[in-house]
Amino acid sequence: MKFDIILAGVGGQGVLSLAAIIATGAMKDNLKVRQSEVHGMAQRGGAVLSHLRISDSEISSDLVAKGTASLIISMEPLEVLRYVDYLSPDGSVVTASEPFVNIPDYPDIEVIYGKIKKLKNHKIVESLELAKKAGTSRAANMVIIGAASSVLPVSAGSLQAAVEELFSSKGKDVVDINLKAFALGAE
Amino acid sequence: MAEKVLLGDEAVALGAIHSGLSNAYGYPGTPSSEIMEYLIKYSRKTEKIHASWCSNEKTAYEDALGVSLAGKRSIVTMKHVGLNVAADPFINSALLKINGGLVIVVADDPGMHSSQDEQDSRFFADFAKVPCFEPVNQQEAYEMTGEAFEVSEKYHVPVMIRLVTRLAHSRAVVVTGEEKEQNRMKKAEDKNTWMLLPALARKQWVTLLGKYEEFKKDSENSPLNPLYLNPDFKKYGVITTGLGKNYYLENMPELSDKPSHLHVGVYPIPEDKIKKLAQHAEKIIVIEEGYPFLESRLRGILKQPVEIEGKMDGKVPPTGELNPDNVRPALGLPVRKALAEVEQLPGRPPQLCQGCPHIDSYNAIKGALASYSESVVTSDIGCYALGALPPYSAIETIICMGASVGTAKGAAEAGLKPAVAVIGDSTFYHSGMTALVDAVAADTPMTLVILDNCIVAMTGGQETIVPTSKLESVIKGLGVDPAHIKTIVPLKKNHEENVEILKKEIAHEGLSVVLSVRECIEETKRRLKKGKGNK
Ligand code: SF4
Repeated sequence: MKFDIILAGVGGQGVLSLAAIIATGAMKDNLKVRQSEVHGMAQRGGAVLSHLRISDSEISSDLVAKGTASLIISMEPLEVLRYVDYLSPDGSVVTASEPFVNIPDYPDIEVIYGKIKKLKNHKIVESLELAKKAGTSRAANMVIIGAASSVLPVSAGSLQAAVEELFSSKGKDVVDINLKAFALGAE
Repeated sequence: MAEKVLLGDEAVALGAIHSGLSNAYGYPGTPSSEIMEYLIKYSRKTEKIHASWCSNEKTAYEDALGVSLAGKRSIVTMKHVGLNVAADPFINSALLKINGGLVIVVADDPGMHSSQDEQDSRFFADFAKVPCFEPVNQQEAYEMTGEAFEVSEKYHVPVMIRLVTRLAHSRAVVVTGEEKEQNRMKKAEDKNTWMLLPALARKQWVTLLGKYEEFKKDSENSPLNPLYLNPDFKKYGVITTGLGKNYYLENMPELSDKPSHLHVGVYPIPEDKIKKLAQHAEKIIVIEEGYPFLESRLRGILKQPVEIEGKMDGKVPPTGELNPDNVRPALGLPVRKALAEVEQLPGRPPQLCQGCPHIDSYNAIKGALASYSESVVTSDIGCYALGALPPYSAIETIICMGASVGTAKGAAEAGLKPAVAVIGDSTFYHSGMTALVDAVAADTPMTLVILDNCIVAMTGGQETIVPTSKLESVIKGLGVDPAHIKTIVPLKKNHEENVEILKKEIAHEGLSVVLSVRECIEETKRRLKKGKGNK
């Protein structure tokens, strides 16, 4: 089994904690994992990209090859389009619906949705609304993991355990809100 | 034995701790910063080692030399361009009889994710004639660090570990080993091996050349340079270095034959192994991350009996980072079909954060220069380099750490006036101070604006070596006329006042320094958030 994921978004949207949770979950299921990210300049509103590779055998490259990703997970719809050439012929997309407009030439959002909807397997998720319902808009990335959980080769239990682990130092309330966000996304 | 998920950087740090590390020094620089961050955290928690940031890479390296002199193990970390700064002590220290193990870790940035060039540090190791280890994954990063210390003490030389961004910043499981005890203090025995007086250095140079022959022998025998020979397939063979190996292995299942393959993980280059490979191949494809370091050695000048392909003939891309896709043409593999093509999209470059103090500083500088038909604003390395982009377009040069000061001085002395230099607080301490002393000596008509955001922001918020409260006394101490040292607070509401202060200092026919002081808002947020709230 080999499952390659491209994770995308804008600096500050929690893309890297999203990657960390899936990676931790996969390891709980005894899978091998490699996760690559570029930090540094990306903290300031720039595009963020992380490659996450999951397999039951050794993984050589930290980077996903074009045309081989099983899944793109994005916290932002425009960012999906930047990486569609990574998708394998039957790859899927799970993305937050909310545009993050911090550039003057941001395209018409309907055009972006239209292009995503043309892809074979796609899910556009109202992550902000669901996160607020869970208790805080900051849990939007947990909604997205929930939404992706049916496609991921990682058990829901392991993903939830990873969410708990990441937030445990912040108290039970924070853990519960994030688990609720995960559950709402998974519905 | 335990399993840990670690970044490549962190694997080096833990490898060093487990090898009996005593002291660690460095200067922040993407992608190397996480090595020191791990070590500093460890030292605060356990108090077992000393780990601290330094003013620059040169001072960091010299601190490490002192530790070696005392017989203990030390590590120095930096990004590739940092080695340019540390080159003087690094190259010269190869002639010393290193006492406690000294390992220098340099993280290169092919693809320039966060750098101004893509120089390849293997050339520096070669220039200094010291061994260089190049891991391809986190496990190797951990293990090679231990081996580097052993080699350093065995041969009494500094040893380099070369990382690249993609390894430094990627995570995987590392199986860790035993923790070794630290060395006891034991001063170097023969001071003649630590004083590079010409008469002594000449002897040391001969000694180093002798050691180099040993390094070459070790390279030939090292399992880190594995050679696989396939006598049944001679059409081509492959040499990989660094992450080139990973991308080769990734594509190997698609190759119809299994070519002979040499991977080089430790330098100097194992020449005999290359000769053996050449006997088994009519053509050699070289896939290396970085400059064509090994390839250029293979090619030489005269015609070769074996055909060579790689970066120098464009079969492998000569610029940027390697990846599993761009090595395929050299291996004769077609481009993979993707589900969809990427269309032309608007970019999303990094930007100054909303509310960043640099925005108000740049607005004030632009306001102060508005009445001049000609002027120059030189800038430097840090977040404020983003002031190059619209809507600010406020600066005209970005070269290397500290260069803003000297460049403005030279421009002013050539008649290009008014000349304003902007530099961050940490960059100023790194290598702006000495240039300011030059400007003091000449009383050059220029204005230096120090953008003091009270932190090393671009690399993730390390503490500046000297706190803001001391900056003014440092400037005075360097000899700047106190009448022309001004402090402003870069805020929108102070704009008019700041423009007036800057105008006056820019008009002054001599050196002036304006301190523009306000904390990085990301740092303010981090401070307020520490320990509470959802991330
Ligand atoms: S990190 Fe700090 S200094 Fe850098 S752009 Fe943001 S606010 Fe400005």
